[in-house]
Amino acid sequence: MSHLPILQVIIPLLAAPLCIVFNNRRIAWFVALCATWASFGVSLLIAQQVLQSGALSYDIGGWPAPWGIDYYVDSLNAFVLLIVTGISALALPYANRSVEQEIDPRSQPYFYSLLLVCLAGLLGISITGDAFNMYVFLELSSLSSYALIGMGPRRRALTAAYQYLVMGTIGATFILIGIGLLYSLTGSLNIQDISYQLHANNIIGSGNRTLLTAFAFITVGLSLKLALFPLHLWLPNAYTYAPSVITIFLASTATKVAIYMLLRFCYCVVGSESIFQLTLGQIVLLPSLAAIIVSSVVAIFQYDIKRMLAYSSIAQIGYITLGLSMSNHSGLSAAILHMFNHALMKGLLFMTMGAVSYSVGSVYLTDFRGLGRRMPFTMGAFIVGGLSLMGIPMTAGFVSKWMLVQAAIELGWWDVVILILIGSLLAVIYIWRVVETAYFNPLLELEEEEIGEAPLSLLIPMWLMVIANIYFGINSAIPVEFAQQAATLLLGGM
Amino acid sequence: MPTSALIELCILIPACGALFIAVSGRSPNLREGITLSTALGLLCVVAALYLRPDALHLAPIILGEPLPGLQFKLALEPLGMLFAGIASLLWVITSLYTIGYMRGNSESHQTRLYVCFAIALASTMGIALAGNLITMFLFYELLTMSTYPLVAHKQDHDAIAGGRFYLGILISTSVGLLLPAIIWVWQLSGTTNFTPGGILGSQLEPATVTMLLLMFAYGIGKAALMPIHRWLPEAMVAPTPVSALLHAVAVVKAGVFCMVKVVLYIFGVELLSASGSNVILTSIAGFTIVTASIIALRQDNLKRRLAYSTISQLSYITLAVSLLTPQAITGAAFHIASHAFGKITLFFAAGAIYTAAHKTRVSELNGIGRRMPVTMCAFAVASLSMIGLPPAGGFLSKWYIFQGAMVNDNLAVVALFLCSTLLNTSYLLPIVYVAFFKKESHPPHNAHGEAPLTMVIALTATAMLSLILFFWPQIPLHLASMLPGVGQ
Repeated sequence: MSHLPILQVIIPLLAAPLCIVFNNRRIAWFVALCATWASFGVSLLIAQQVLQSGALSYDIGGWPAPWGIDYYVDSLNAFVLLIVTGISALALPYANRSVEQEIDPRSQPYFYSLLLVCLAGLLGISITGDAFNMYVFLELSSLSSYALIGMGPRRRALTAAYQYLVMGTIGATFILIGIGLLYSLTGSLNIQDISYQLHANNIIGSGNRTLLTAFAFITVGLSLKLALFPLHLWLPNAYTYAPSVITIFLASTATKVAIYMLLRFCYCVVGSESIFQLTLGQIVLLPSLAAIIVSSVVAIFQYDIKRMLAYSSIAQIGYITLGLSMSNHSGLSAAILHMFNHALMKGLLFMTMGAVSYSVGSVYLTDFRGLGRRMPFTMGAFIVGGLSLMGIPMTAGFVSKWMLVQAAIELGWWDVVILILIGSLLAVIYIWRVVETAYFNPLLELEEEEIGEAPLSLLIPMWLMVIANIYFGINSAIPVEFAQQAATLLLGGM
Repeated sequence: MPTSALIELCILIPACGALFIAVSGRSPNLREGITLSTALGLLCVVAALYLRPDALHLAPIILGEPLPGLQFKLALEPLGMLFAGIASLLWVITSLYTIGYMRGNSESHQTRLYVCFAIALASTMGIALAGNLITMFLFYELLTMSTYPLVAHKQDHDAIAGGRFYLGILISTSVGLLLPAIIWVWQLSGTTNFTPGGILGSQLEPATVTMLLLMFAYGIGKAALMPIHRWLPEAMVAPTPVSALLHAVAVVKAGVFCMVKVVLYIFGVELLSASGSNVILTSIAGFTIVTASIIALRQDNLKRRLAYSTISQLSYITLAVSLLTPQAITGAAFHIASHAFGKITLFFAAGAIYTAAHKTRVSELNGIGRRMPVTMCAFAVASLSMIGLPPAGGFLSKWYIFQGAMVNDNLAVVALFLCSTLLNTSYLLPIVYVAFFKKESHPPHNAHGEAPLTMVIALTATAMLSLILFFWPQIPLHLASMLPGVGQ
């Protein structure tokens, strides 16, 4: 029996204390780098096995499934694991110089240690097949991310982290209550087993109130964690004031994992044909559309560009939940594909923000004047990320937009098609504000000071992301394959 | 060299040229040498492509496949050949002119201008060679993006505002209308390939056809149908060589080119004439022709007058193709060529006048023909082409479109053409008249002659091309005869 599923979680978890034991920032960074690259390797192997021979199941400690904890990997979470480890494998080389500048040298080993714990938490959520275990990992990743955000270079990072702590704890508590109610109904914590019990005892068909309440708690709790529109208030501050690396990491992975949890609970526990799906689609639809339009409009008026991108993230999450609310195969595939593509483009854009803040010191709109000439590679990468966000062909963003619009046309939702396209146009406006400032507003004579291009260790991961954005726009056979398999699986039940 | 490699080179040469120009920015002579040789290289490749007998029957070249069945691919067909030929030929002449203009006016950020010019040409070639709607959309957007820095080139308040307007209109129409139209076509027929005779099938309801046609007509904002024509005059804040090549040839011709391709290769002549929705397109285009001409009459700024004239002339092409008769389609293809040669000459002349005399208004041009005889003679020849009088190319395109309208006894269109010819005459010929026959109101501060030599050579060459097109129209006519709906 292959031990790959447990290795996926245990590698970063065991590497985390090592960082503190050595208590040296270089060694800590190196340990973290090795751990993330190893996790990426493991997730590639897992993905390969899942694509070849179907779902993997792993019983921890040899205890069989309903009693012990089992790790269960199918094409959906294999894909999520790939996204999470892939992004961290690129973020860690980037972290070296960026963290060196932004974080107090004495706290740097703690920083890397927390980052690894957070990574282990996210990977654990994605891989486990046990509902309570999922909650434990959720707390693990959340607690470490509060601390990581609080390490941000500006003092407002502390209030941002506190805000996130309050909102995140409410969300996690709701999820715990939901899981508890499910346990009281079925006497089981294993997701497959819960699903089996619910169907076998005809709890779903009878419209059980406890089940309804459990799902209401879980959905609201997860909506908080994934920053669905009216519950997104923690996100802009957290992304703006967190250290650059953490913003890259959280923006591309944390919300995606929360969306994964929502998909898992909705589709694998109650099943796709149930009444919950029908109402859930309607409940999520409106906030998603509101997210796309309102957050994009708010993004246009932001002067801190990191905050602008944070609002854009909320809008992009709206696209993902919109695909989810369509509840049909093409909509779900589009949503799952957009999880991947959004990680690519937002990761890239936040990497450029990190580089600008490394060279210039802050990322206000006025700081971008003349950067087109001074930081040509960074701004070039920003333009590619922006094009991907707008959904221009030959970038990754186009493919998911194409699939989403097609799914909407399939359902005959023409008004939704129009709103999706308005969302892209709004993206053009907020991205173009930055491009225009960088290329067409030269610095005043007085302000001529030496600002150079960011160092290579920032530029190389950034340009790898650029290549990924373009490559997956030209040939997205692999992610589309994963997304469609996962959608088939979700709709067919487990 | 295999023919498919030649097709790829058409896009690669200007793209690589852009790279080399960017690198050689520190040495102006080297940079401009590279620009000229890139342009010449592209022209040679396009000419070689025309001479290959198998070029038009080649299997499409696939660049990438993001989703199963959704491909980026290149394929050559007669109209694309014609458009690529015109754009590459005029790029050589414009490069020569640009060098004179940029040095004569000592503009800033010249490297950026040459780089963006080359990228814009690469995108234009991409549009000309696109094998399906998706590829066309890709290069269409790239063309918008790459021309934006050219429009906002001066970086002052007006230029940036004009640039925003340009980008805003073109992106919002293309993303808001063209993209959904393309996805709809994909949904209806499972493909977006350009296929002679159309891909939509004949079972479509007339209402759906009309809706789709309108989405395409307004989604392709570069064709400047009213009321989304305003970006064109706004884009006139750009330096004149940009206006000349891009807003008289590459960008606007890309618009009408896409329009013609959509009508012939997506809808197909039969579907459109069966549904009767072409009449709507004819009326919109007819309205644009007359209204834009009337507005042009009232413009005092020379470049703005030319811009409105462009809007009106573009609609000639849209109107011609919407008539759906073989002669009219031939006329549409031919007018892409004749208007390109004529309008670029007019813009060249406007730029030459600005460089030599620093004049931008029609009312200041009294007597300028005596100081700049070559420029104004070229202007006169191009005006004849615009009006549609022999011995200039414009005559032939009008001849064919007229015939196309007469075949169907479409008297409304005939009347419209007479009316617009009168309007063309009255906004262009007075300029020629005052330039040659009126006395200068007061002598200029410094007695100037012609503009720098490269500019004069360029505008003479394009004026000659207008005349050549009248006497030897074989190449465009040959290509037009192979279009679906014309031959066989």
